Amino acid sequence: MLEIFQYSFMVRAFIAGIVIGIIAPLIGNFLVARRYSLMADSLSHMSLAGVAIGLITGIYPIYTAMIVAVAGSIAIELLRTEKRISGEVVLAMFLSGSLAIAIVLISFARGFNVDLFSYLFGSISTVREIDLWIISGLGLVVLTVIFFLYKELVYIAFDEEAAKVSGVKVRLLNIVLVILTAVTVSLSMRIVGALLIGALMVIPVVAAMQLRKSFKQTVLFAIMFGLISVISGLFISYYLNLAAGGTIVVLALALFGVTIILNKSN
Amino acid sequence: MKKEPIIKLETVSFSYNGGKIIDRISLEIKRGDYVGIIGPNGGGKTTLLRLVLNLLEPQSGLVYLSGQPVSQFREWSMIGYIPQKATQFETRFPITVGEVVSLGTVARKGMFRRSDKADEKSVENALHIVGMEEFKSKLITELSGGEQQRVFIAKALASEPDLLILDEPTVGIDLESQEKFYELLQNLNQRMGKTIIIVSHDIDVTVNEVSVLVCINRSLIYHGEPKQFIKKDYLEKLYGKGRRFILHGH
Repeated sequence: MLEIFQYSFMVRAFIAGIVIGIIAPLIGNFLVARRYSLMADSLSHMSLAGVAIGLITGIYPIYTAMIVAVAGSIAIELLRTEKRISGEVVLAMFLSGSLAIAIVLISFARGFNVDLFSYLFGSISTVREIDLWIISGLGLVVLTVIFFLYKELVYIAFDEEAAKVSGVKVRLLNIVLVILTAVTVSLSMRIVGALLIGALMVIPVVAAMQLRKSFKQTVLFAIMFGLISVISGLFISYYLNLAAGGTIVVLALALFGVTIILNKSN
Repeated sequence: MKKEPIIKLETVSFSYNGGKIIDRISLEIKRGDYVGIIGPNGGGKTTLLRLVLNLLEPQSGLVYLSGQPVSQFREWSMIGYIPQKATQFETRFPITVGEVVSLGTVARKGMFRRSDKADEKSVENALHIVGMEEFKSKLITELSGGEQQRVFIAKALASEPDLLILDEPTVGIDLESQEKFYELLQNLNQRMGKTIIIVSHDIDVTVNEVSVLVCINRSLIYHGEPKQFIKKDYLEKLYGKGRRFILHGH
């Protein structure tokens, strides 16, 4: 067995990383297709506010992060549909607004500390067994929901109005999609960190888009790129002693670079 | 076949930001009709469609589809809607022709149900009707405007609808493709018995193609045979003096 797997924290990091490497780009496809790429970043900032609440109250921060992100995702969706503020503007507002709230909450408590940094940039050595259960369990929920609502979500991503006319419950499914995004974002904080999760949701997807395949194949390639980035990122960061989250995202960028060149040469 | 009109509007009015866009329009559309809706820009054509499709709610009046109030209507697979393509469909993300057409089968399936063999068959069939079978695995962006429009028709046909609603379907499409496109619509109407409603700014073509003409400019200006419309001075009323029809023989 490789030396790396003798450490149980690395085994846990790999299991959590594989789940996230699948679901983050999977959700990302639907976000990118409907030009919602900033959603992940907005929600990660909200998760951070949630983490701050957790650190202050002593509740496990992943729980509070998830609750705040889910509530925030619903708020974004309602503002977009009910108040007719354009999606882009709502996202921009939440993107920086929630970061401000996070900062205020953190300085209100006890200033920046190591604990917070582990959520900002990810910290694979802190993935606990409970995290594994949460990540795997909710990851499975995300996969199942997308499997069964696939055709509706594709329809909404490409033509929301026509989907509505076909009797698709567009409002409900939009909320389902943002909730799934919020859950994925808060789950991923442990591995890639709040500041980089958006990249893991978007970059593998944009790389897959360069291959100019069908939607389904694009989804599969995005997942493959996500997995390659996460798995090789964990290996490289372990042996070269680098930050895992950053390494993963840099690898995803490198894959994107390769696909761009492939696309050009075709 | 049911007797009631496929679409019925009863004194329907709709305002937006205080301005009346649709003013007390009553209208019945019978099964099997090929209806052209014309009128000046801003005259409420697209709004009328959106009211029929329950995408907008009228401030007063009622809309019925197949005899049911539109708010209670559930058989959406009966209707194939083709919105103005250029503004609606997201084409930056890769998707194949086959995948686009299979979106049309979503209407008749319930939530949580995955596509099956029967859906696949409907997709093949729809592509065959519009003559686009060999494009099935191409990306939608690799097609010309005219070809894309046929794909969107196929998508609408994939739910095997009785009624096709098209909003400005020929915008941005070259003349030759337009001719083929209207041929296809004639075919769908006459051979396959589909009711067709087409909204168009291209009055000359519409008047020549359809069997029933509806002209609106906030209120209903004309509803009847295109021939009668041409004979009278409706056009001058709508668009000002000097507007003449170009007639094509069939």
